[in-house]
Amino acid sequence: MGWLGPEEWAAVALSAQVSFWAVAASLPLGVLTAHALARWSFPGRQLLNGLVHLPLILPPVVTGYLLLLTFGVRGPVGGLLAEMGVTVAFRWTGAALAAGVMAFPLMVRAIRLSIEAVDPRLEEAAGTLGASRFWVFLTVTLPLIAPGVVAGAILAFAKAMGEFGATITFVSNIPGETRTIPSAIYAFLQVPGGEGPAGRLVLVSVALAMAALLLSEFVGRRVAARAGGG
Amino acid sequence: MLEVDIRHSFPAFSLDVAFAAPAGVTALFGRSGSGKTTVVNALAGLLRPQSGRIVADGATLHDDARGVFLPPHRRRVGYVFQDARLFPHLSVRHNLRYGRWFAPRAARGPDMDAVVDMLGIGHLLDRRPGRLSGGEKSRVAIGRALLAAPRLLLMDEPFAALDEARKAELLPYLERLRDAAVAPILYVSHSAAEVARLATTVVLLDEGRVVEAGPAADVLTSLSAATILGVREAGAMLTGVVVRHDADGISEIAISAGALFVPHVAAPVGATVRIRIQAHDVILAPEPPGLISALNVLPATVAAVREGRGPGVIAQLSLGPDRLLARVTRRSAKALGVEEGRRLYAIVKAVAVAPENVAPENVAPAAPFG
Repeated sequence: MGWLGPEEWAAVALSAQVSFWAVAASLPLGVLTAHALARWSFPGRQLLNGLVHLPLILPPVVTGYLLLLTFGVRGPVGGLLAEMGVTVAFRWTGAALAAGVMAFPLMVRAIRLSIEAVDPRLEEAAGTLGASRFWVFLTVTLPLIAPGVVAGAILAFAKAMGEFGATITFVSNIPGETRTIPSAIYAFLQVPGGEGPAGRLVLVSVALAMAALLLSEFVGRRVAARAGGG
Repeated sequence: MLEVDIRHSFPAFSLDVAFAAPAGVTALFGRSGSGKTTVVNALAGLLRPQSGRIVADGATLHDDARGVFLPPHRRRVGYVFQDARLFPHLSVRHNLRYGRWFAPRAARGPDMDAVVDMLGIGHLLDRRPGRLSGGEKSRVAIGRALLAAPRLLLMDEPFAALDEARKAELLPYLERLRDAAVAPILYVSHSAAEVARLATTVVLLDEGRVVEAGPAADVLTSLSAATILGVREAGAMLTGVVVRHDADGISEIAISAGALFVPHVAAPVGATVRIRIQAHDVILAPEPPGLISALNVLPATVAAVREGRGPGVIAQLSLGPDRLLARVTRRSAKALGVEEGRRLYAIVKAVAVAPENVAPENVAPAAPFG
């Protein structure tokens, strides 16, 4: 891919890194949240549901600003992290945090749908065979929702690759640190003659998004075939 | 041994049930909506009754007085569901092994090979549940529950979804299971024929209450059973010993009233069999008829009579310890003077006893399970 300049390459590589960690770190939490929303009854369930979906509804810039308030060096969580020697504001880890938060609703929705499609009577049957709730989840629910988890993860990855508003608000647009593909495209468009690099990154974006969608379809179908057994 | 004493109220239904089930197959018997599945779910821990006490095999599963309520996974109560509920993502082999993982090491469950053999599912082990027929699914579900080494096995109309032919095919497997005595079985059914074939003990439920409970032959010939199940289903269950097979295709069975002749029975001479005789197949006569095509003319005494709403009357007859039910019209009952204490002759056509109404008892070789 000699046609991408070093700056553009850096943006693509950073985007991949940020999105990968955003998904990897939030996936266990996403599965847990989806399971809680689909299967458990507890006070505050609706509140949790609203909270999870908030980033989908709020203007991304608001989410980014709230992240900055919370995780900035003077924020309640950010201050605590800073004392432990961890800073996320204006770092690539912060970009991953922003992308993870923004992609979280999509991930949870996909996983939750697949959990709701699992017949609870199967889980009941596993219980009568001696499996505790934890083992029921691990040996029955999780294998049956695997296609949904994979689809949710890929969807979240694609969303994270495209995240812009919250990222630029929270961690700014620092080349090599927080300049992901969308931020890079934005930056190139601000300077004369930037249409070339911007256009190439647009092509990369489109290709990646298409690949993610096709992959999610393909993997989903393969896992489903294995789980269903025809 | 299982002791149950539970109460639970739903908005439109209340359950108040107490019974004890000895070893063998206890049939929980009654119309749909009588509370059978509620009882079974309470035993499995899937429903928490508002108050109650359940003790199975010496273990307290639920006792309000002592604040004990074990969750399903700690009860070791096997449950064969109406709809099998096999795990679609696991092969038959792994479905069967599932409960094994969680059974305590010390629990002496049946051996995998013995169960596979008894249920005839050896050729299915590598298949997925999605590719099994209804009858095969039922058998795998039974095996899966058994291999979890349960202290009690619940079967909630495991064959409800199957047609009559499949059911007939599966009943022998259940008889083998009963006679292998791996665990006491609580069998839910609304079919008198199934219960007559399988049950050692019958608990008759109606509207959430126990109406009758006791040995199968007694409960099935009780007038309440006839009333609750409807006269069409009513019938007696007799136990007898095969005396001989005649060349003309008739077998002679010794029952307490004497000899009973039925179409050829697929059991060797000396074997104990159960015979179900439906109430509407019994004719009553004041004295032995002369020449008659029916082969069985049995002296009997009327023990009890109950009139239904229709034109019929149900009479309970004693033939020594054995009992029969006879359904005749009110008109005939009046003409014959059918009332308590009346001595009569019960006439049963041999061919009225269909092959599926004769079942072997204790056929299995002495416990194949370690």
